[in-house]
Amino acid sequence: MSVTISGRELGSALFLGTGGLPSLALLEPVLAAADPGLVTVSVRRTSGLQEGGLLDLLRRSGVPLLPNTAGCTSAHEAVLTARLAREALDTPWVKLEVIGDEASLMPDALELLAAAETLVRDGFVVLPYTTDDPVLARRLEDAGCAAVMPLGSPIGSGLGVLNPHAIEAVVAAVSVPVVLDAGVGTASDAALAMELGCDAVLAATAITRADDPVTMARALRLGVEAGAAARAAGRIPRRTTARASSPTTGRIR
Amino acid sequence: MSPVTSIVLNGEPHDGAATVADLLERHLGTRDPRGVAVAVDAEVVPRALWPQRALADGSVVEIVTAVQGG
Repeated sequence: MSVTISGRELGSALFLGTGGLPSLALLEPVLAAADPGLVTVSVRRTSGLQEGGLLDLLRRSGVPLLPNTAGCTSAHEAVLTARLAREALDTPWVKLEVIGDEASLMPDALELLAAAETLVRDGFVVLPYTTDDPVLARRLEDAGCAAVMPLGSPIGSGLGVLNPHAIEAVVAAVSVPVVLDAGVGTASDAALAMELGCDAVLAATAITRADDPVTMARALRLGVEAGAAARAAGRIPRRTTARASSPTTGRIR
Repeated sequence: MSPVTSIVLNGEPHDGAATVADLLERHLGTRDPRGVAVAVDAEVVPRALWPQRALADGSVVEIVTAVQGG
């Protein structure tokens, strides 16, 4: 189950966030189990090269990197962070995060859109982390974003897709790929996102903070595949009354 | 004798250096570290320019690398 973003075919519709893993040693088996289409990393100040193991490991795995601007609270910070990430990691792809509230970690819509416009002009492939608001999603698409990444529920909450109708509205509102980001807690959340029409799912702590991250990585991969297949198959309409599946004729009386 | 300069490196005061490459050598042990990016005064300095990009007294320098993150 692949997904194409900005003309690049990614091998899997499950994207992996690397935040929260208890040890770097787990990353390799998690990568093998998730087989992700993209892997996110953050960019932080360094006073040494002790983090080098992460990049070496990711480069060996061959999975495309998606640097993020996690922790940025203004367009200015996010743009500089994205430019540093492009230089450090040699990719114009960026998961654009501009957080407006430290408690909810909700995106700041105005700063997000401003940063997206600047980065698109600067040649970036911008994947913005956004609210489940179809109007903002369309604005981000109009600004030239390569995809939109609405949240299912707050970052790290594991509450799943709290407003499936809003996610469906985002899917209907834009023609760029929709990547459900944030809130995934378990495999059924990933499956639901795909059933709602999302093109991919990004999961980080659902995997990295699970009791068994490797098995959960596999579960989410299967969840994404199952949801995509179900979407393609076309589900039956919901009814408020029963509808018998066995013949109603020839019954023994 | 070279003038004593100071810079702000990753938010903390530090002794200055003549160029970005000199600063990287002092702090990371190499003039051309992989997986690292540098900004001086909020502008990214491309890797190719590290040897010649001069630092001034009061320059604000960021040195970053990739870490695990969402």
